[in-house]
Amino acid sequence: MTYSEVVEVTGFVGNYEVKIRKKPRYVDMEKCTGCGTCIEKCPTKVPSEFEEGLGMRKAIYVPFAQAVPNVPVIDTEHCRKFTQDKCGVCQKVCPTGAIDYEQQEEIITRKVGAIVVATGYSLLDPSIYGEYGGGRFRNVITSLQLERMLESSGPTGGKVIKPSNGEVAKNVVFIQCVGSRDESKGIPYCSKICCMYTAKHTILIKDHQPETQCYVFYIDIRAGGKGYEEFVKAAQREAGAVYLRGRVSKLYEVGDKVIVEGIDSLSGEKVEIEADLVVLAVAIIPNPDAKELAKILGIPCDDYGFYTEAHPKLQPVESATRGVFIAGCCQFARDIPDSVASAGAAAAKVCNIFSQDELVVEPRIAHIDPEVCSGCFTCMEVCPFGAITEAEHEGRRVARVTETLCQGCGNCAATCRTGAATVMGFTDEQFYQQIEGLFGERRAEVA
Amino acid sequence: MLRIGPQTEITSFARKVEELCGEDAFKCIQCGKCSAGCPITPFMDLLPHQVMKLIQLSSEEKVLSSSTIWICASCETCTTRCPESIDIAKVMDTLRKLCLEQGRKPKEKEVYAFCTAFLNSVKKHGRLFEAGFMMEFNAATGKALKEMGESIPLGFHLWKRGKLGLFPSYVSDKKPIRKVFETAKRFMK
Repeated sequence: MTYSEVVEVTGFVGNYEVKIRKKPRYVDMEKCTGCGTCIEKCPTKVPSEFEEGLGMRKAIYVPFAQAVPNVPVIDTEHCRKFTQDKCGVCQKVCPTGAIDYEQQEEIITRKVGAIVVATGYSLLDPSIYGEYGGGRFRNVITSLQLERMLESSGPTGGKVIKPSNGEVAKNVVFIQCVGSRDESKGIPYCSKICCMYTAKHTILIKDHQPETQCYVFYIDIRAGGKGYEEFVKAAQREAGAVYLRGRVSKLYEVGDKVIVEGIDSLSGEKVEIEADLVVLAVAIIPNPDAKELAKILGIPCDDYGFYTEAHPKLQPVESATRGVFIAGCCQFARDIPDSVASAGAAAAKVCNIFSQDELVVEPRIAHIDPEVCSGCFTCMEVCPFGAITEAEHEGRRVARVTETLCQGCGNCAATCRTGAATVMGFTDEQFYQQIEGLFGERRAEVA
Repeated sequence: MLRIGPQTEITSFARKVEELCGEDAFKCIQCGKCSAGCPITPFMDLLPHQVMKLIQLSSEEKVLSSSTIWICASCETCTTRCPESIDIAKVMDTLRKLCLEQGRKPKEKEVYAFCTAFLNSVKKHGRLFEAGFMMEFNAATGKALKEMGESIPLGFHLWKRGKLGLFPSYVSDKKPIRKVFETAKRFMK
């Protein structure tokens, strides 16, 4: 289901009910054959998000050539039919009559047994760095923009150019850790993938245009992985990329050149490079709506907004909520092999659940004695897993624990005023006995 | 300050060094083991790993005018321990050669004078004639009389034990020596 988002999740492992908002794409998916005539004839051009603003797309478009399903969508912000009630060309040219301007959004409810969250990541906007031009310099781009340039079917046909005038770039400077490992910008972590993709970029540039010289400013090269160190060495030796250890202090424009003020701290030499193109390896950050989705799914996330795993070593793809799994960069910055591995692990965990008729739960979960419960429902507020629901007991409203959701944290037991809520195997009486057993004798001694 | 412009061929110096001695400076990973193990770093203005990095950055001027390339004793500790198997001592040798070829004045005059006097003596006699070598070295460094006066007691001491001849002795066949020098000369421009 594409072009849709989750709006509500209820239930528990094996019995989730998910409400999905299917946004209107104004194209009937059943009728559309993906011929592309509407895209061809659409008169409105806007900067393409997929091409990182380096290329244009139409107001009716498929995000990128290999997108699945191959059904276009209308961008209502730019489409003349929606903004001015004019045009309507796509409807006229569509051979199957698939264009439907009246399409409405739908709310679809689905019952699912488990949920895998793989919502990916975002990139830091480098304009927060005033010293790197604050987004004003046209010849300062991000690595993702360079990635599009290097694509042979991309906006520049595989040429690495100066966006200001379209000339081939001769001196390309890469700046690593733009945002990453910068506590002043609130991102103390390493984005993990930049060292390797920058090495790849230098090798590709050498391959596409051998006359171009690459310079890489780095703090540390973090090439931990199979064949990674060798790859970086190949970039340095075979592709001739010159690595300079140090952070760039400032960029400024002189004509259509960008002057890079840096240092190589290994030789102690200050370095000034007249660059045609500067490429910033910007930090990986969580999606802006990651925290919102975490609330909908009932899973915890860290201060940055990356989803937290149930255990950093032993349960790396499980979230704290049973039946909800996390895969890829929504958990933390990681490269393709790691993302594939975590996705495979999450899928296997789901299969594991589905292969059993009954679920085994941890013995140490909460229990609420309906005879004692006063029905104040304070426990409901403190439960981080949404495991407590209202239930009927002998004509009274009482709290009840959904056993598959409870993780045995003990919040309810600590909060319960009447003592109805306990964690099984950890009753208050047991605790008192244990304390007595440990300190009872000593108390006698002191006395 | 290293200025890199559109015309800069950043790898040119490293390639020049590689052409002369076959050692690729870009193999250097800047681990610093050479500098860590070098016994004479206290007397150097650049550390060996900095020399390697400056070759990578084509800082020819800074490298060739450094004292390090002359202070290097060619003990080859660096070469023996380099994880990338770079013959750093060989690189230093190449840099000294380049320095002389370009007609630069060696930063360490005394080292240069010592080597020249040593080689002159060997070339002339087929072996080292210590007294003559010492005189040439002192003359070249301009500390002739005073220092020589100071070294007389030591010289007398050595002479008494037969360690220092007052007259040169020659090898019987100087042909092979001449050949060595001729061969070496071919490598200098």
